[in-house]
Amino acid sequence: MAPTQIDSRLLHDLKKLLGRGDVLHKPDDLLLYEYDGSVDVARPDCVVFPRTAEDVVGIVRLANRYQIPLVGRGAGTGLSGGAIARQGGIITSFARMNRILEIDAENQRARVQPGVVNSDLSAAVEHLGLHFAPDPSSQKACTIGGNVSENSGGPHTLAYGVTTNHVLALEAVLPSGELVHLGGAALDSPGYDLPGLFVGSEGTLALVTEITVKLTHLPEMTKTLLAIYESVDDATETVVEITARGITPAACEMMDGWTIRAVEDYVHAGFPLDSAAILLIEVDGLREAAEYEAAEVAEVCRLHRAREVRVAQDARERDLLWKGRKNAFGAVGRLSPTYYTQDGVIPRTKLPATLRRISEVGQKYGFAIGNIFHAGDGNLHPIILFDARDPQQFRNAVAASDEIIQFCIEVGGSITGEHGVGMEKDRLMPLLFSEADLDLMRRVRDVFNPAGLLNPAKIFPTKKSCGEIHVRPVPATASGPAPA
Amino acid sequence: MNAASTTIVSRLTEIAGPSNVIADPAQLRAYEICGKTPGAAVRPGSSEDVAEIVKFAAAERLGIVACGARTKLDMGAPPRQYDLALDMTRLDHVAAYDPGDLTLGVEPGIPLSRLEGVLAEHGQFLPLDAPFMKRATVGGTIASGVDSPLRQFYGTARDYVLGMEFVTGDGAPAKSGGRVVKNVAGYDLHKLMIGALGTLGVITKINFRTFPLPAGARTLVVTLESARPALDLRHFVARSPLRPLTAEILSPRAAELLADDLGALSTTRWALVASFAGTPNVLERCENEMRRMAEQLGAAGFASLDEADRVLGASSRTREFVPAALKSSPAATIAKLGVVPARMQQILDAAAKAADAAELPWAALARGVGVTYFALLPSEQNPEALSRVVRATNDIVAECAALGGNATIPWCPVEWKSVLQVWGIGRGDFEQMRKLKKVFDPPGILAPGRFVGGI
Repeated sequence: MAPTQIDSRLLHDLKKLLGRGDVLHKPDDLLLYEYDGSVDVARPDCVVFPRTAEDVVGIVRLANRYQIPLVGRGAGTGLSGGAIARQGGIITSFARMNRILEIDAENQRARVQPGVVNSDLSAAVEHLGLHFAPDPSSQKACTIGGNVSENSGGPHTLAYGVTTNHVLALEAVLPSGELVHLGGAALDSPGYDLPGLFVGSEGTLALVTEITVKLTHLPEMTKTLLAIYESVDDATETVVEITARGITPAACEMMDGWTIRAVEDYVHAGFPLDSAAILLIEVDGLREAAEYEAAEVAEVCRLHRAREVRVAQDARERDLLWKGRKNAFGAVGRLSPTYYTQDGVIPRTKLPATLRRISEVGQKYGFAIGNIFHAGDGNLHPIILFDARDPQQFRNAVAASDEIIQFCIEVGGSITGEHGVGMEKDRLMPLLFSEADLDLMRRVRDVFNPAGLLNPAKIFPTKKSCGEIHVRPVPATASGPAPA
Repeated sequence: MNAASTTIVSRLTEIAGPSNVIADPAQLRAYEICGKTPGAAVRPGSSEDVAEIVKFAAAERLGIVACGARTKLDMGAPPRQYDLALDMTRLDHVAAYDPGDLTLGVEPGIPLSRLEGVLAEHGQFLPLDAPFMKRATVGGTIASGVDSPLRQFYGTARDYVLGMEFVTGDGAPAKSGGRVVKNVAGYDLHKLMIGALGTLGVITKINFRTFPLPAGARTLVVTLESARPALDLRHFVARSPLRPLTAEILSPRAAELLADDLGALSTTRWALVASFAGTPNVLERCENEMRRMAEQLGAAGFASLDEADRVLGASSRTREFVPAALKSSPAATIAKLGVVPARMQQILDAAAKAADAAELPWAALARGVGVTYFALLPSEQNPEALSRVVRATNDIVAECAALGGNATIPWCPVEWKSVLQVWGIGRGDFEQMRKLKKVFDPPGILAPGRFVGGI
């Protein structure tokens, strides 16, 4: 849909509400807001920067009066187009609502505005021995409001859970302009679990203006191990046996050989270039528990023919191992004009079969596909490298990606583990849900968002979504977006 | 309620078979909820049966309440209309269990105790170890929203339910979530079903994340002179590197009620019951640190026991507080009080003061996460006892609200439900809940009136 010229009266009203400096509408200024971390693009009509919940109420009322779409946005690091104004309209950026309102160490709670950067909250409570557990790879940029919208995960969600497990209460502005409080700092608020519904609703039910989160104690000890394998199957069997021994690692990440080489060339984390797979495993807790589990994990790795098991000896070594993992997507971005990352989930015992299928798909279409994934929970991030300037390659990349997702579903998995459906996977939703399931979800959306002005054309399949996909050319030097 | 018409019985028989429809008034008494008996009960054998029955009930405008082992039907408010009991106990199969993936899909009618055995064979368990465990079904436990002592470490059902299938009030099957441990596709409608008392849908399948059984578990009981040092010990533990499986504070009367479950650990004083999991040297370290902290607080006693049943053994020590309290008084009235942990002292003090002022015996169990079960235990059920209970609970509910918490009264004599603040004080988000109810149950036939605000 081509964006229409924005109504000058609306612009005037927005500027009157927020002040001149808090409304962007010149085409050059809007460029940055056409994107998120995914491959989709759409231009908003304007971008506004509220500072208070009252500002947000005012913006929502104006959007209603002018019947114009409204999309919330944090740092724009999302990977499914959740923060893109697919049908134009007003982007509400929470960049200026970025205050930590309250830290309550005794009760392990914090109250924050949605624009607070994920890692800033953890940094602010580190001296208290606490952290905010969800840790998407983009955590140095992404906002907690964005995490709430997408129900973000991260490498450590294996033991600590995803965002929804850490959100107690929300203050939000409904599309009607009503300010509501859902849940509470105390547990077990009577009634339906509304925070549970709103977290992960991808900005389609409300604009969240305040979040009460749980803070988690930092473990007494963390042990980080790197196991190097000659075969992917050996690595995946290791993952299964670690659980069979009653150990739930804090994190359990895998990279395949192709990705290892791309990463090593860029990050110099010391990953051996001739290996087929590595596992990055972290165990934590009491000193005695972490030491015991680290020894058990190392033994399991060796039993499954790990060529080498390294244990980080200090924080610096640990950071280096994680740097290799967290910058993997940046490393891949250097190799190709464009890459496309999937977010499929499979039961993790199906890892070997799934990796074989991904490799076949790559061969069929002639793409290099790298694999990085949260092996512990079966959340895959295959990376398809292609040149988006070539329309045929673009179509093939989408087709290859769909084949991979199709396989994930066949083995009992999901189309998205942590990135969200957004505008990227809406057309895939019918593979998971029946028309009746989707209809019920639509009716739930309509309870809060009846006119569909809030984040329209997301999550639910629309007839024309296929043809609407656009691709952002990623310059060869830029670091790419970082999935969790 | 009058006996069901022959048309209703014959249609139910058509769907579920003659042996699965109950119309005999004597037998129907087993399905009574808050003094109301349904006109018929039906035991569906499949999710398709459930959908057919609900569709029929929607057309006939029959009020339905789904049930399992019927251990918690007296929670919540009485149904406004109760024509049909939907007995889910035939839907009792394990639909899928993949130990390697730590995932499990079950039908709602399976008893928790049977499920425990299935999981134990693979060295796994479900932290859904909630009251009435010996008889309760998985579905009833989820729908009633009761919690387990294990929530201290594992969280509540919302943290490990991965997805559900259910039938909405118009008889349409629906689902949300999935059966993998990480999934953000679509709205998490299943979270709404947890603790909804069946007002949004009839659950036909639940997918869980399972957990590996730890190497061992040990329960420690520290006895103390009063609530204050017991709560201080809870706060000490929270600030320490220790991560207990359970951390429950018992009043002397609560400890007495749980004497059988505590066994060798039983006490007649205030106590903190905490359990830990891990290898022998982890347990040793936990015990040593606990002992040190207990001494600092002048503990009167310290007992320790290794749990043969590991996690579930630890949980069983305090799990059955509510059933024990209900059994101990003809008019037991149990409030559930949620506050942030730092306010637990104040709410316990306020509740004890209100109970003492009303001359009511009481027992309290406070979970370390900030959820307290406060039981008022009158010796008789009569108007005089009621007026004292009303006075005490009104004070407690108001005080809890003043502390920024929430209070409900999940259990009390049926006859008192209309007088007591069963669902506590109305909340700002009620209007959103009412709108959701309409979406899930357009004809308004699913457990009508049972939930918050008459939903």
